[in-house]
Formats: sequence, C-alpha cells, structure tokens
Amino acid sequence: MKRPHRTVAEIVTVLIAAVVAFPLYWMVLTALKPEGEVLSTSPRPWTLAPTLDSFRRVLDVQNFGRYFLNSVVVALIVVFFALLCAFLAAIALTRFRFRGRTVLLVMLLVAQMAPVEALTIPLFFVMRSVGDVAPVFGLNHLGSLVLVHLAFGLPFAIWMLRGFVAAVPVELEEAATLDGASRFRFTWQVLFPLVAPGLVATSVLSFIHAWNDFLFAKTFIISASEQQTLPLGILAFFKPDQNDWGAIMAGSTLMTIPVLIFFVFVQRRLVSGLAGAVKG
Amino acid sequence: MTQQVMVAEPVREVPARQGKRRGDGWAAARYLAPTLLILVGLLGYPLYQLVLISLYDYGQEQASGGAPLEFLGLGNYQKLFGDPQFWTVLTQTVGFAAVCVIGTLFVGGALAMLASRVRAVPRMILFLAALGAWATPAVAGSTVWMFLFDTDFGLVNEVLVGLGFDGMADYSWTYDKFVAFGLVAAQVIWCSFPFVMVTLYAGIIAIPKEILEAAALDGASTVRTLRTVILPLLRPLLVIVTIQSIIWDFKIFTQIYVMTGGGGVAGNNLVLNVYAYQKAFAASEYGMGSAIGVVMTLLLLAVTAVYLRALRRSGEPL
Repeated sequence: MKRPHRTVAEIVTVLIAAVVAFPLYWMVLTALKPEGEVLSTSPRPWTLAPTLDSFRRVLDVQNFGRYFLNSVVVALIVVFFALLCAFLAAIALTRFRFRGRTVLLVMLLVAQMAPVEALTIPLFFVMRSVGDVAPVFGLNHLGSLVLVHLAFGLPFAIWMLRGFVAAVPVELEEAATLDGASRFRFTWQVLFPLVAPGLVATSVLSFIHAWNDFLFAKTFIISASEQQTLPLGILAFFKPDQNDWGAIMAGSTLMTIPVLIFFVFVQRRLVSGLAGAVKG
Repeated sequence: MTQQVMVAEPVREVPARQGKRRGDGWAAARYLAPTLLILVGLLGYPLYQLVLISLYDYGQEQASGGAPLEFLGLGNYQKLFGDPQFWTVLTQTVGFAAVCVIGTLFVGGALAMLASRVRAVPRMILFLAALGAWATPAVAGSTVWMFLFDTDFGLVNEVLVGLGFDGMADYSWTYDKFVAFGLVAAQVIWCSFPFVMVTLYAGIIAIPKEILEAAALDGASTVRTLRTVILPLLRPLLVIVTIQSIIWDFKIFTQIYVMTGGGGVAGNNLVLNVYAYQKAFAASEYGMGSAIGVVMTLLLLAVTAVYLRALRRSGEPL
C-alpha cells in the first residue's frame, strides 16, 4: 500500500478504535463522577473531581457485595463441575471408539445452537419440583442457577476440550499402558496435566458464560433478594422516578472488570485454529 | 456479550487403533455418564416438557395446582398462528436479526480488511478496543448504551443539540419502534462485530502473499482483488460466521429486555424470545409461551442443520 494511503488508513483505524472503546470509557468515567455531574443535562467527557461515591453507594446500599459473591459462587461451582464432566466426556469422544459417537457429537453441536431461552418455561417448573425435594437446587436458590448453567455450558466445554485432548499423542497412552498404568491412572496423571492449558481456557469461558446470565437469574430468583446475582442487582438501580446512573455505571463496571481480565487471558484461544479453516 | 465460538480447533483424528481395544464401549459409557445425566435431565427432559406444556391450557391455576390440566392438542398453535401479533413479532424478529447480522458482518469484515492493511500498533489498538466491546457482559453493555442515549442526561442528545439539532433536546430513543430497534441493533453490532473481525482477519492473513502479489502484478484493482480473490478464498469462513451470527442474533433476549424495558412501549419491540417470556411469566399463559418456544426451536434447528452442512463442507471432522 502506498505510504500516504497507509497513514490515512492508520488514522482511521485509531479513530474507529476510539469510537468502539468510547462506551467503556463513558461507563468508567460516569462511575467515577460525582452525582451532580452525572445527573447534569450538559455532560462533560471528563471529570475534575473523581470520587468512589457511586461504588460505595452500590456496595453499601444495595447489598451489591452479596450479589457479586453470589455470581462468583455460581460461576465457580459451574466451572468446577463443567470441567470435570467435560474432561471425561472429551476423553471418551476422542479416545474411545464406540457406536453412536458421531451422533453424540452432532447432538452436542445442536444442543449448543438450540435456543436455551425457549427452555426457560419448562425449566422453571422442573426447578420448582426439584425444590420440593432438594430446596438448595430449587427456585430462589443459587443451586438452580448452577444446574442450568452446567447443562448449557457443557456442550461447549466438551467441544472445546476435545481439541486439546486429541492433541495429546496416542503413542503416549500406549507407552503408559505398556508401563502398566491403568486407564484411570493415565487419565489423571498423564492426560490431565498435559491438557491443563485447555482446561484453563475452557474454564474461563464457562465462567464468563455463567457470569453473564441474566435470563435465568431473573426467572428463577423471584422473591429471595439475598440470592440474586449481579445483573439483577444492577437493574435494581433503575427507578421509575429517577435512575441512579452513577450507581448503574459503577455496578456495570464491577461486572465487566472480571470478564475483561479473563478475556485478555484467553483471547488467542477464541480464534486460534480458525485460520486453518480457510485452506479448504 | 460473550459469544461462544463453536469453531474449535481442527481436531486431529484419532488414528484407527490396531484392533479395537476391548471394553471401549463400557469405558466410554462410564466417562460419559455424568455428562449424559446432566444433558438428558436438564436439556432433554425440559425440551420434552416444553412440547408437552405447549399442548395444554396451562395458566396460573394449573401452574399452582388449583385446576386440572386441559389437553388442547394443537389448540395453542392454532390460536398463536391466528394471532396477528404473533406474525408481527415473527417479522420483527427476522428483520431485527437480519439487520444485526448484516451490520455485524459488514462492520466486522470492513475492519478486518482495514486491520490487515495497517501496521502493528494501530492494529493492536483496534483489537484492544474490540476486545473490550466483546468482553462486556450483555447487561452492562446495555446499560451503558442506554445511558449514552438517555433522554435527559445522555451524551448523544447533548452533542446533537450542540450541533444545532435543537429538537433533540428531549428526544427519546426508545419511544419509536424503529428507532428503538435501531438502537438495540447498534448495541448488538457493537459487541458482536469483534468476533467476526478477528475471525476474518485470521482468514485474510492466512491467504498466501503470492496470490495477492500475482493479482497486483496483473493490474487488478483493490475492489477487483477483493471480489475475485479474497472473498472466494474466505467463503468457508464467511459461511460459518454468518450462520453463527444468525443463530446468536435470532436468540437475543437480554439487550431487548433491558434496553426497551421488557419489549418496548406497548410491546412494540418484542422479539420471539421476549414474547414467549412475557406470555409465560407476565401473562401466566405458560402453554402459549411454550408453543412460541417450540416454534423458535424449530426455526433454529433449521438454521443449525444448514450450519452443520457448512461445517462438514469446510472439512471440520466430526
């Protein structure tokens, strides 16, 4: 590309980047503005008096710390069990030959694409029945959220881990078997450490998936406010008379930060291998 | 909004083992047991229930056990298909998804091209910004956009007034049906173009330099190179990101629900997902809500079938 052209292209690139990043800047800025500046009819794109008031309001008044903790707990439990199940399933799907393997893989793909939102209605009743037997997993309890996110996160987790498990050479398994290692021992002492990077990437994505959920938290946690998760905590600041924008932005910032950190970690994983698809 | 990418690594096929090891079937069953238990119990069974509920008159009394269930057969569907609002919502869903998909592909594709033509530093800046938009949770992203376009305290109205559009001083971006849809679509495009951009960028830089040089030597213009060289080479990737986008944008719930306050003024901004939710949980017509859910599931299954064929064509081994 000719030089002046490239310079123009680069300036345009940076300008577009600024536009794309602007909503995030505005979110953090608003969270740091004093209330008077937030609720001003002539907003300024900077503040000379940054304050943590909005964060304080969010954390003290609205029990936001509790919601944050709830979100973390749900996401972490989901990650643990999703990884355990997905790891074993991925081994079965890549290492073992059995009838119905392809059918199962296709079904996993379909499960990933299906509109989970449509299942909210039957799941609501399923959770209600479950709650009669085991209250922890019923409506108004975090357990119900753990269960649904586990189910909806699994197909993706298996799909992703499959690639990592398949990358471990089969010869290694043969060598381990020759050395007398049982399948169980091979799985946990050889395969597990080798697949660790894949487990990290998969767990991050499972975490984000559960963390971002709005629909199920809204549907299942109806009357127990201390069991709510972050998204609903944020929406509580929308009031009919006057939205507390400073608090809403502070809450949104708190919700975004963990995801952002995780995203930086796994960004390569998100697309690596894609380029290979072009060759075909 | 985080979109999960199902286009995972190209998986190395397991070389057919010499002689099938005995007991693979049982071992597989044991390894798969927890997964199958969860998927059957929490996806399979609810799906069956969804279809079942859609065949009944299932309202508030039935849900609380105060009245017997009445089997309607396809009654809910008949009523649904006879309801003009359903067709409006269906049209809106398709139209809204179409705008989001086209916008996402256009922005993502154009920026991928741009990124492939600039040096590393500006490209990094663009990718970082895109990563931020990509990572923002749907609820957080929705609230920020709402605040930017807020009637009283929003920056956008303020800037527009500053530019001389005096009528914009107390303009509501969520009142008019199409304006509200447009605003939500913009938010959706903002958080979903990064996936398309990064994917297509990876595809573009994987095109061998020689091919592009040959095209340049032959005197092909940029537009011509794009049309006759780059796009055909990117076709398999384009098909995949297009179908993925269709599936995501068709299912959008959070943005519509949060930004239009549950479906807009007088339900103006309903899409199928939100419609089903409101029917079930706001109006307590669980049977009707489920019928809408079944319709959605069928529509998405059709798209998924096309996706599976495309994956197969692009050589993804299953």
